[in-house]
Amino acid sequence: MSRKLLLEHDHVPGINTYAVYRQMNGYASVEKALKSMTPETVLEEVKKSGLRGRGGAGFPTGLKWSFLAKPPGVARYLVCNADESEPGTFKDRYLMERIPHLLIEGMITSSFSLGARTSYIYIRGEYYYVANILEKAIEEAYANGWLGENILGSGFSHDMHVQIGAGAYICGEETALLESLEGKRGNPRIKPPFPAIAGAWGCPTVVNNVETIAAVVPIINEGGEAYSKIGIGKSTGTKLISASGHINKPGVYEIDLGLPVEEFIYSDQYCGGIKGGRTLKAVVAGGSSVPILPAELILKTAKGEPRLMSYESLGDGGFLTGTMLGSGGFIVMDDTTSIVKNLYTFARFYHHESCGQCSPCREGTGWMEKILHKILDGHGTLADVDLLWDIQGKIEGKTICPLGEAAAWPVAAAIRHFRAEFEEYVTNPQSIKDVKHYYRLHNLQPA
Amino acid sequence: MTKKPEFAPETLALARKLMKRYPEGKHKSALIPILHLAQAEFDGWLSPETMDYVAAILNIQPIEVYEVASFYSMFNLKPVGKCHLEICRTSSCWLMGAEDVVAHISKKLNIKEGETTPDGMFTLKTVECLGSCGTAPVMQVGATYFENLTLEKVDQLLETMKSEGKRRSYTDKVQSSNI
Ligand SMILES: Cc1cc2nc3c(=O)[nH]c(=O)nc-3n(C[C@H](O)[C@H](O)[C@H](O)COP(=O)(O)O)c2cc1C
Ligand code: FES
Repeated sequence: MSRKLLLEHDHVPGINTYAVYRQMNGYASVEKALKSMTPETVLEEVKKSGLRGRGGAGFPTGLKWSFLAKPPGVARYLVCNADESEPGTFKDRYLMERIPHLLIEGMITSSFSLGARTSYIYIRGEYYYVANILEKAIEEAYANGWLGENILGSGFSHDMHVQIGAGAYICGEETALLESLEGKRGNPRIKPPFPAIAGAWGCPTVVNNVETIAAVVPIINEGGEAYSKIGIGKSTGTKLISASGHINKPGVYEIDLGLPVEEFIYSDQYCGGIKGGRTLKAVVAGGSSVPILPAELILKTAKGEPRLMSYESLGDGGFLTGTMLGSGGFIVMDDTTSIVKNLYTFARFYHHESCGQCSPCREGTGWMEKILHKILDGHGTLADVDLLWDIQGKIEGKTICPLGEAAAWPVAAAIRHFRAEFEEYVTNPQSIKDVKHYYRLHNLQPA
Repeated sequence: MTKKPEFAPETLALARKLMKRYPEGKHKSALIPILHLAQAEFDGWLSPETMDYVAAILNIQPIEVYEVASFYSMFNLKPVGKCHLEICRTSSCWLMGAEDVVAHISKKLNIKEGETTPDGMFTLKTVECLGSCGTAPVMQVGATYFENLTLEKVDQLLETMKSEGKRRSYTDKVQSSNI
């Protein structure tokens, strides 16, 4: 069984309070960094760990930190991305709600390395109650000398604030997030300049996901090298996976990267198999944006090797036969699931969430939603399926931010792997009724 | 005509405190947090008068408030019921029966999505993924997430909310999400 680095104490009663968190060796990384390390040696450890961004893109964290511009006399910021809006993802909420001090500790240690005097946790508005939990934990951290002036007599001072959003998936995109932090609409910025050069209020800024920042704590405590030995190849360390859909045990699991997908789905330690003993039809492995894969391709690569929960293995085969680890939002669908209807919920989502700046995304997402609606209504044609394919290809790569790709990829993958289902819906509308395309839980009926 | 919006002294003090969280001169950054306070204090929605009032507090143009308020889905630009029932409709919740929950509430309260009951108690809305996919289907009402919904649970919840009769806001202090 793998060791947990982030969720080791998630079930300890009172772990959300400072007293219990501190008893469990909490804030040790801040002590270590401030007393016996320099900003540079902290960065070295993060580089050695091989940690990659847990927000979805998997960019090496140490490298990102090393890009941070350091013009003299200009403030630098660390901004934590707690927007968590990618459908299928709920790990950051779990971590912040259960162990708020872990994030705060990671923020302080990271800010020390980056030379940030102030940091912000940008959290999605729907998590207002979680923001209150964080505010309380920050207060406790101030009261116990981990925040404020001259922390532990080191000369390092730091202030931390929670910033609440108000319902907009696009604000998870880092430049839209910064716009929102500045009190504006969440329209992504044209890059370059990247946030490392000109981020919050035009100052050099690092934006990292909640889980990325939390992982800095075990990396500093145990050393980057020890962290890099967990996992497989360039997928080092542990990853929080949000598991949902038709499984026996939905929830957040911390896995060693490299765990076989089959074990993750069927082992009682994780998802516990498919609900009601049904068979697996498809999985969206890394949040709504990544390509859906049919059962045979999620369990094994096209070469017939067991598929592993790692950046490389999930990506094996490219988009033709592979997918992405993404945010780790793992959505499982059984054989009763209508892939077309599921895709419709995604298309509707991206249409709703497009910020509207770029025409291909603003118009394309709405168009795709409408066509899928038409197909599900029993009025689709074969030409509509081809049109969907055509539209998605014309969004990809033609927008300021990757929301365009995020909307296009699920459509492409669904058609690529489940074209027969689309064709059945348009040639035999009766089949749509037969499927009844959604799962009725027996426990959903009134008593 | 309703009376001019004005924060209670504690709320105004909180708003002023929030404005100090940012670098010198960048207090506009407090706009979204203050709009949340305003929505909670002024009947669950942002009227033009409320938005003008917020603009005055921040010393910015009203248009800067309107353009932000209209961008974010949690801000209501029209009145809503005391309990704004926001049911997730995205993939994982749909897989677990969210459509049944919506249909059930719609029938029970005799309102369609986007409508409010005549007594002003409930508004029904479907929303996108709430970050609660592992405990689907889920409904947010104010600050609270109601998870692992069943139709029976929904019936009980509606009863409780109706008998309490109070407005639920995102800013409410709630202990934990789970019921
Ligand atoms: C449309 C869109 C939505 C995103 N949503 C999130 C999000 O909710 N949380 C997150 O951490 N990153 C999100 N990202 C990725 C961020 O832009 C950014 O890459 C990330 O915060 C960097 O942190 P990391 O390197 O620690 O992963 C999103 C990106 C896009 C294009
Ligand atoms: S899909 Fe409903 S909470 Fe995520």
